[in-house]
Amino acid sequence: METLFGIVVDGVTYGMILFIISVGLSVTLGLMRVVNLAHGAFAMVAGYVASYAAQGLGLPYAVGLVAAILFTVLATLPLEKLLYRRIYGSANELAQVLLTIGLTFVIVAGINYLFGPTLKRIPLPDALLGTVAIGPKSIPVHRAFVIAMGAATVLGLWWLLERTDFGIKLRAAVDDPNMAAALGIRTERLYTATFALGTGLAALGGVLGAELLPLEPYYAIRYIVLFLAVVAVGGAGNILGLAAAALALGIVDTAGKYLIPSFGEFFFYAALILILFRWPHGFFQGRAA
Amino acid sequence: MSGTFRKALLGTAFLCALNAGSAWADTIKVGVIAPFSGPFATVGQTFKQAIEVYQAQHGKTVAGNTVEFVYKDLDQANPAQSKALAQELVVKEKVGYLAGFFFTPDALAVAPLIDEANIPCVIFNAATSAITEKSPRYVRTSFTLWQNTVPLAEHVAKQGIRKVATAVSDYGPGIDGETAFKQTFEKSGGKVVDSIRMPLKSTDFAPFMQRIKDSGAEAIYAFLPAGPTTLGFARAFSDTGLKAAGIKFFGPGDITQEPDLPVLGDAAVGITTTFNYSQAHDSDLNRRFLAKHRELFGASDIVTFTSVGAYDGAHVIYRMVEATGGKSDGAKAVEAVKGMAWESPRGPVRIDPESRHVTQTIYLRVTERKDGRLQNTEVAGFPDQPDYGFKAGK
Repeated sequence: METLFGIVVDGVTYGMILFIISVGLSVTLGLMRVVNLAHGAFAMVAGYVASYAAQGLGLPYAVGLVAAILFTVLATLPLEKLLYRRIYGSANELAQVLLTIGLTFVIVAGINYLFGPTLKRIPLPDALLGTVAIGPKSIPVHRAFVIAMGAATVLGLWWLLERTDFGIKLRAAVDDPNMAAALGIRTERLYTATFALGTGLAALGGVLGAELLPLEPYYAIRYIVLFLAVVAVGGAGNILGLAAAALALGIVDTAGKYLIPSFGEFFFYAALILILFRWPHGFFQGRAA
Repeated sequence: MSGTFRKALLGTAFLCALNAGSAWADTIKVGVIAPFSGPFATVGQTFKQAIEVYQAQHGKTVAGNTVEFVYKDLDQANPAQSKALAQELVVKEKVGYLAGFFFTPDALAVAPLIDEANIPCVIFNAATSAITEKSPRYVRTSFTLWQNTVPLAEHVAKQGIRKVATAVSDYGPGIDGETAFKQTFEKSGGKVVDSIRMPLKSTDFAPFMQRIKDSGAEAIYAFLPAGPTTLGFARAFSDTGLKAAGIKFFGPGDITQEPDLPVLGDAAVGITTTFNYSQAHDSDLNRRFLAKHRELFGASDIVTFTSVGAYDGAHVIYRMVEATGGKSDGAKAVEAVKGMAWESPRGPVRIDPESRHVTQTIYLRVTERKDGRLQNTEVAGFPDQPDYGFKAGK
């Protein structure tokens, strides 16, 4: 019984961290049809900024988090103007893959040069240390905080895309850019805003998830497969589907580790194959924007 | 251009080449294969810096020959590439010695090559016991998991601890560590209540912690390769309350290697490890080694076990050059260093004539905060530890 409870609690936490990082990728992939393989690199950049803000400048955690998100968004907006704008739309996937993976390598090399190949840490504030008891199991406060942030992200994004003017315009621009432009929607601005949203979410995930996915220059390459897997199962651009996918994969992976750890990643990938076999376009197919 | 002139030019060029050849004849090249880029670049850096420290302290010439180190980058474990690089070093660079090797498979891949070319190979790190059995030309100056784990398991048993869970990364060295611990600990009357093999790519360690808790162990023996995994593991250990519950944490020293300590932070405090080298080792030679390091490179933050592996490796190579008078003769060179004993920054060491692996003192260390900095403080030493894994069970 306690094992079952442990699987659920640890699985949900792991799933939420996967969700926060992957959701930005899902937004750019689903709404703008860009296979942004540099997503992990953006998350990593934010992590390094937060780490530098906390350890180099001695700023508080919350300030570091906000600074990291702002810095990452501002630093990547020129990239959107200069590079990404040329590869929007699904017609040229190869160009998208080549450009974004090249960008990833550049960022990896840059971070390696600036910060060195050793691990970096974002020190947590006292309020996030220690443990909190949930039923018979105690989980670290930091993880509970991540779960809460994940839930807030789900609700916030759902509200933004389904209930606001911005969301309506964005979905219109995605479905038929020409018609949307003819109706007076400034599609280019919308795309820039969406790109910034995706990058900002990557940054948030990079900073919050740093305890679980430690920061080192190869972060960008090491974990991108994980994020892509979650997006593939969840369905691109579908917020609730992505949350379901992240939780499902998180729980399956955690259950495997509890019960038969020597099977390694087997359960994660087995689940991936089975789910995609049954739902080739991810959970809640057809609901994607 | 007339034909004669062309011939004259060619002749001059040929003569120059010959001259150059004879001028280099007393330069002995040592090919070092290690990761200098990629996720493990720090390792290559420690090798290179330690060699430079050694050459700064002992000069670049030995018995009239200049020793020159040639570095080749192998960014991750890749045996085929390792062999290709070694071949290039031997054929094109005409190296007389091979050295380096961070990963076991890379070291193993060159065995047929060094036998054919009769070249000695000094291993600075790769720590699987079986390597030196594969060729009589291997000499190793690092450590093995058996060497570190056997005295640790005996120490744990002496503490009155009866139930231990082992948690190791699921690959060669991890399994070496698990086997060594289990055999020794159970011989000493203890019991291993759970053996967990964790996937190398794990990022979330909380589930393993729950299993350890469920197993009712009083202590854990853990081995993971230094890097992101050790960070996650040590943090999960303290975050999930295992540390607070009084469960003791034992393991080989890779888990608290010096460059990672600032990142591990307080999660590392109290971890007990056994290892061959700590920056905090109390000896004049170690202080001189670190001082020279700071003088040359500004800091000694990244000095760690791979540094002394390379430093002592350079020492062994110098002795080999001396013994062979500058000629390349692998069998003779290896013969000359069998039984060789010297004082290293880690303490007294000796090359065991049979296993060609370094016999050394293994220290029991506790990670603690001293003057605001984390360090591995040596609290006891187990002298003259051989490689217990050499031909184990044969």
